[in-house]
This record gives sequence, C-alpha cells and structure tokens, in this order.
Amino acid sequence: MGELRLMKGNEAVAEAAIRAGCDGYFGYPITPQSEVMEYLMAEKPYDRTGMVVLQAESEVASINMIYGAAGTGKKVITSSSSPGISLMQEGISYMAGAELPAVIVNVVRGGPGLGTIQPSQADYFQAVKGGGHGDYKLIVLAPASVQEMCDHVKLGFDLAFKYRTPVMLLSDGAVGQMMEKVVLFDQIPRRTDEEVIAQCPWAATGKLKNRDHIIITSLDLDPAGQERVNLKLQAKYKKIEENEIMYEEIHCEDAEYLFVAFGLSARICQKATDLARAKGIKVGLFRPITLFPFPVQQIASTIKRVKGVLVVEMNAGQMIEDVKLSVGLNVKIEHFGRFGGIIPSPDEVVRALEQKIIGG
Amino acid sequence: MEELFAKPEIRKPENIVYKKTDLMVDRPLSYCPGCGHGTVHRILMEVIEEMDIQGDTIGVSPVGCSVLAYDFLDIDMLGAAHGRAPALATAIKRLWPHRFVFTYQGDGDLAAIGTAETIHACNRGENITIIFINNGIYGMTGGQMAPTTLPGMRSSTSPYGRDVLTMGYPLKMTELVAQLPGTHYVTRQSVHTPGNARKTKKAIRKAFDIQKEKKGVGWIEVVSNCNSGWKMTPVQANKWMEDNMFPFYPLGDIKVDGKLIEVAK
Ligand SMILES: Cc1ncc(C[n+]2csc(CCOP(=O)(O)OP(=O)(O)O)c2C)c(N)n1
Ligand code: SF4
Ligand SMILES: [Mg+2]
Repeated sequence: MGELRLMKGNEAVAEAAIRAGCDGYFGYPITPQSEVMEYLMAEKPYDRTGMVVLQAESEVASINMIYGAAGTGKKVITSSSSPGISLMQEGISYMAGAELPAVIVNVVRGGPGLGTIQPSQADYFQAVKGGGHGDYKLIVLAPASVQEMCDHVKLGFDLAFKYRTPVMLLSDGAVGQMMEKVVLFDQIPRRTDEEVIAQCPWAATGKLKNRDHIIITSLDLDPAGQERVNLKLQAKYKKIEENEIMYEEIHCEDAEYLFVAFGLSARICQKATDLARAKGIKVGLFRPITLFPFPVQQIASTIKRVKGVLVVEMNAGQMIEDVKLSVGLNVKIEHFGRFGGIIPSPDEVVRALEQKIIGG
Repeated sequence: MEELFAKPEIRKPENIVYKKTDLMVDRPLSYCPGCGHGTVHRILMEVIEEMDIQGDTIGVSPVGCSVLAYDFLDIDMLGAAHGRAPALATAIKRLWPHRFVFTYQGDGDLAAIGTAETIHACNRGENITIIFINNGIYGMTGGQMAPTTLPGMRSSTSPYGRDVLTMGYPLKMTELVAQLPGTHYVTRQSVHTPGNARKTKKAIRKAFDIQKEKKGVGWIEVVSNCNSGWKMTPVQANKWMEDNMFPFYPLGDIKVDGKLIEVAK
C-alpha cells in the first residue's frame, strides 16, 4: 500500500502531480485553489524529481505555457478556479485543436463574474460542452474526495497521453479545501528527454535527422483540411465515449428513486441516501465520475428501474440536461440545486426528494 | 538579371557565391513581394545553419502574416495563439534548457495583445530569443492600426491618420524592455538593404549565442515594411520606412551585455 497522509484536496493534486512524474506546473494564484502552487513551491519538486514550477503572470500565460510544453511532449499541469479557467478557454481550444495532452484542474467557485470564493458546480457546461470556441470536448473527471483528487491527476495524465487531448478535473472549492485521508501512489519517475522523444514522435522536440520537421498547430486554412481535423477529433471523442466511461452506483439495486449527482453533490447525496433509507425511502445514488464521456447508457438502464430521479447539483441545473438526454421523456426528472457558493445539507436534499419527486 | 539566367555556365558550383540555405523549406513563401518577413526568415535560418543547431532549435510562430512561418522554416515549431508566443517559449525553454528557443512575432502580436506575455518573459529573464517584426501595421488582417503605427499614419482603422489624442501613442516596446533587468541584448535593425540584412543576421547570431550563456532575453526588433498594408510599391515602402519609421524607431543597439547604450543627445 502507498503512503497514507492527511491532506487538503488541493495539496493532493500537487503531490500527485509530482508523483505522476509531471515535468511542469504553470499557474496563477486564485482562491480556492492557491494551495496547489503553494504546496509545490514549498515542496521543491525540482530537487525531488526535476519538475519545474512557475508562477505565471496570468491564467492566459499559464495555459499557453502548458500549450507550449505539451507541444514538446512534456507532461504538464495547471490549476485554477472559475474566472481563471474562463481566461484559459482560448488556449484550451488551441490545445484540443492541436491535440495536446495536459491536465487542467478547475477548483470551481461560485459565479458568474467574480462571484464568490465558495464552492460551486456552475462550470459544468463550460467544462463538458467545450468552453472555448470550436467543436471540441475535454475528458472531464469529477473527483468527489481528496483521494480522487490525487488519483484523478494520475488517471488524467494517462488519458491525456492515450488520446492526446486535454483532460479537466472538475472539482470545487470544498473538495479542494477539505482534509481527508489519502493513500498516495508511489513515485513514477519523470521521463528523460530521450524517452519523451521516443514516446512522443508527434512532439516538437527538435528536428531529428530521420524525420520531417514537426509543426504543432491548430490551423488549417483549407476548409477540406479543417473538416478532416474536425472529423479526426470527433472520431477520437467517439472512441473515448466507447472506452473511458466511469461511474459509481450506491444502493441502486433495490432503489425506487434515484439521486444523480457528481463531485461534492454526490458526497452530500450519499449521506442523504442513508438518511432517506432510515426513513424507509428506497433511494439510490448514481454518480458519474467521467462527465465527458457521460455514462448515457448506464444512467438510462438504472433510471428505467426507478419511479423518479432527482438531479442534485450546486448550480441552477446543468448536468440535468445530459441526464434528460440519456432517457426518454416519460421519466420524472427534477433538479435540486443551491448556488452562489451554498452547499446543500443532506436533510435539504431528502426534503427536496420528498417534495419534488415522491410527493410531487 | 535575365542575361544571368540565359547563361547556365556561370552557375557552375565554383562560381556560386551565395545560395538559399537548405534550412528554408523549398516552397513559395506566402508573403507579398518585397515584404521583409521572407528576408528575416532566410537570415534566421542561415544563423541556425551556421551554428549547426537545426536539431536543437524549437521555434514559436505568432498569429499575423508570419503565422505560417513553420511551413517555411525546416525546424520543429509550434504555432502560438495571438500574442502568446513568449509564454510558450518560456515553458519550452524551462523544460528543454539545452534547446535554442525563439519566438517570431509581429507588432500587433507582441506589442498589443501579447504585451503582458512579452514584458513578463523579458522580466523573468527567460533564456530565449525574441524576433520582433515591426511594420507599424496589422498586415495579416488587412492593414488596421497597430500599437506601433506612427502618429498621423493612415491605416484602415485610422483612415484619417493616427490621432494620438484619441488613439494613443506608438509604443516603443524595444526601449521599454531594454529597461528590464531580464533582457541582456536588445537591438533594433532592418533588412531593407543587404548591408542592413547582414547587421540583422549578426544580431540574431548574437542573440542565439547568449542563450548558451543563460543571461536572459536576446531581443531583435526588425523595423520592416508592409507594402500591401501601407498601399505602396516595395520601393516606395522602403523609402517611406527610411524617411518616417527610422526617425521614430532609430536603428542600432540599445542594450549590449546587459548594459544600456548611452545615446548621444
Ligand atoms: C485572439 C485573436 N484576436 C484577433 C485575431 C486576428 N488577428 C490575426 S493577425 C492580427 C494582427 C497581426 O498583426 P501583426 O502582429 O502586426 O503581424 P503582421 O501581420 O503585421 O506581420 C490580428 C488582429 C486573432 N487571430 N486572434
Ligand atoms: S501584408 Fe504586409 S506584412 Fe503581410 S506579407 Fe504582405 S507586405 Fe508582408
Ligand atoms: Mg505588423
């Protein structure tokens, strides 16, 4: 077993990055995720593994640093929170277009605008539907615990390199700030430059004698060429949908009602499930772990067996659209959300189930 | 000229005194005839050839007329988003410290949308080379006003001439970055005559050489023409550049070996 530690979610992201053999972190401070860079700076990863950590002048700069580094085959990560992630969207779109691997962590806070520094899940649409311009998707992972903040960094890098695509961790201020036990995975060695060159033949690492020069770009001015780029991306997203769906079901076997929730909301629903069952309400929880690819079929087959569904999110109703698209119109699906940084209590969630679904 | 081509015998190998470097990809450039971009490309590749660093160089191209520079330069390259080349170059150099890393940027790219990335890369003293093509206009998008457009100069978005009171003053980025401790070599050159092109080539060589010493940014501004955007013939454009651009953007070294050059008043 790996090393056991008590850590904040943000610290777990930082420690996981070092242990995943990450080559560089580039970021800009913003609450509630500044601990990621603070932990890294204190930890001196350059001495531990040779990992570079740089505080950029803005999120625009940090995402473009990520773009540059990823284009040379290096394993890089950035983190931010909602307003900063908005600033990064152009760069993320470029990375999707140029097919570059990287992990981007969004520790979501309430919006719109400067909003609040309190936790929220209001960036679901931005993360899942392609927040920047053009037809692209990110692989989106939704960690619900400090353990998953750690594990999803490693998983994120694996998926990013497997599909050559940016991966987003969509967490929130509570998962980022809360302290929990975490089992850390063992150090994965950073790749040498020679290994990077050998493993990433697509990367701009310096022209080798036996190959053409490499160009990292998202530009193809010829419409037929750009359509080919788009078709290639769509084929990749289809493959991701076929192979990478992750979800968790709790008490779904005998459930008459269902909560669907991701990240922190799923943690709250887990407690709400226990409270409701103590009252004799047979409710289960379906937790998508990958938000793209969305577990469409899995959710549909579970929902088929229940009388009604409450989608619980810390937003005004975003993932509910994907839940509804997954199933027929004759299913009763309602939304319960608190927003602006308010975390609903499990009691509140049970009351919402009773009012909107069971009684409603 | 025509007679030259009529006499293939004078093109014997022993008579060749100059030829295009093999590091330029053999394809037609996308630039307008007479544009300075192509000349800078060529001398940049000559430097890389002479230093024998084709395999050790990673370039970053901008968004602007030179967006396709990577198609012409036979080295590994990345195309940055508009203005962000210094951010890419920063990360590349940090993670590949033994590579030679350069950005190639226009004045809109470097001095407007990318001002922050440019200044901060310079201020951090990144060990990169920045090649800055200042043609006083947005060439690629059809001749709009740039931050470097001269007072009174016409462009498609300053059709009556740049009015500094409402449109602001031309930005002298080169003088500005020379003030920063992170820049080691800062110069302003041109390529409109063979003599000037040779000086620019020397400057690019110097900037690449200082990457080995890890002393900070090497910066070459090339005051250039945009005959299409300026709506002039190439010859007129070069003359106009000498008469108008050079007085405002004087050629020569501004900072050498980390020290500002005293300009005689
Ligand atoms: C974010 C963004 N904004 C605007 C543009 C449009 N655009 C493309 S090139 C350019 C200006 C280029 O001018 P300059 O950097 O001076 O290069 P030149 O073409 O003159 O060499 C602009 C505004 C863009 N591509 N991306
Ligand atoms: S538009 Fe101007 S800068 Fe662009 S290629 Fe033509 S002359 Fe050169
Ligand atoms: Mg220009």
